[in-house]
Amino acid sequence: MVHDAGFLAHHFDSLEQQHEAATLGMWLFLATEILFFGGMFTAYGVYRTSYPQAFVAASHHLNVAIGTFNTAVLLTSSLTVALAVHAAEHGRSRTVIGLVIATMLLGGTFLGVKAFEYHHKFVEHLIPGHGFSFAGPHSPHAQLFFSLYFVMTGFHALHILIGLAVMAFVIRLTAQGRVTPEHHPAVELTGLYWHFVDIIWVFLFPLLYLIR
Amino acid sequence: MAHESVSRTVYFAVFLILVALLGATVAAAEIDLGRWNFLVAMAIATVKAVLIGIYFMHLEAQSQLTRVFALAGFAWLALLLLLTFSDFATRAGG
Repeated sequence: MVHDAGFLAHHFDSLEQQHEAATLGMWLFLATEILFFGGMFTAYGVYRTSYPQAFVAASHHLNVAIGTFNTAVLLTSSLTVALAVHAAEHGRSRTVIGLVIATMLLGGTFLGVKAFEYHHKFVEHLIPGHGFSFAGPHSPHAQLFFSLYFVMTGFHALHILIGLAVMAFVIRLTAQGRVTPEHHPAVELTGLYWHFVDIIWVFLFPLLYLIR
Repeated sequence: MAHESVSRTVYFAVFLILVALLGATVAAAEIDLGRWNFLVAMAIATVKAVLIGIYFMHLEAQSQLTRVFALAGFAWLALLLLLTFSDFATRAGG
């Protein structure tokens, strides 16, 4: 038997089997997440094909430079979390903590930029509802675009926020010495979750910001 | 564990490709390609997602069962999109 150092739960035969089950469970959760966001992507697709000109006009109110910057920030955070998992595999706990903190800072930067963008939309009266105002003939359907924009980026931001909370927990586990080369599912599964959230943004960015 | 083979060099290389693809998708959006703009943007996004899945999420090193679970999510999403848009695309007069 491998040294399980007390990490092996009694209903598993080995740490390998336990690890396999944890990874499988995470992917099952991510499959439900794909469909959770999938419903919103489908709604977006239906309305974009129904009102293409309104979506083009509304998309021009999003700042491509800011969106590109935020995409780069999230891609970088995916790199730092991948390196954190790598460091965990090699038992470098201090590096794990440093890289997870870097990932959290990048995630926080993303949210800060998003908050700035939301504020800008508020000032421009682009929040759907009574105060919504949009010059030109496309107003009602531009409002639809912004409803989708806020729901999709809002749920995405919520996922980032949850990721930040989970990472704070990962730092605590690592500092307590409960992350070892043989056993580090917390770091690894958090990485999987974070990469998934990155993938969602990889699709949201061109769909919302780059309609021309 | 199964995936100690992925080296840091690979992570940095994948990251650089992802950033290059981000640049490509922004540049492609500035060119008027008609309906191809959408297809190019989605093709680039798909390549980025696949790179993240294979290299950052270690799908290349997972068991067959885990890979089936990962692909199942996308298979159901494909069903959702396919059936919805085959309906919308064939409606007369919208």
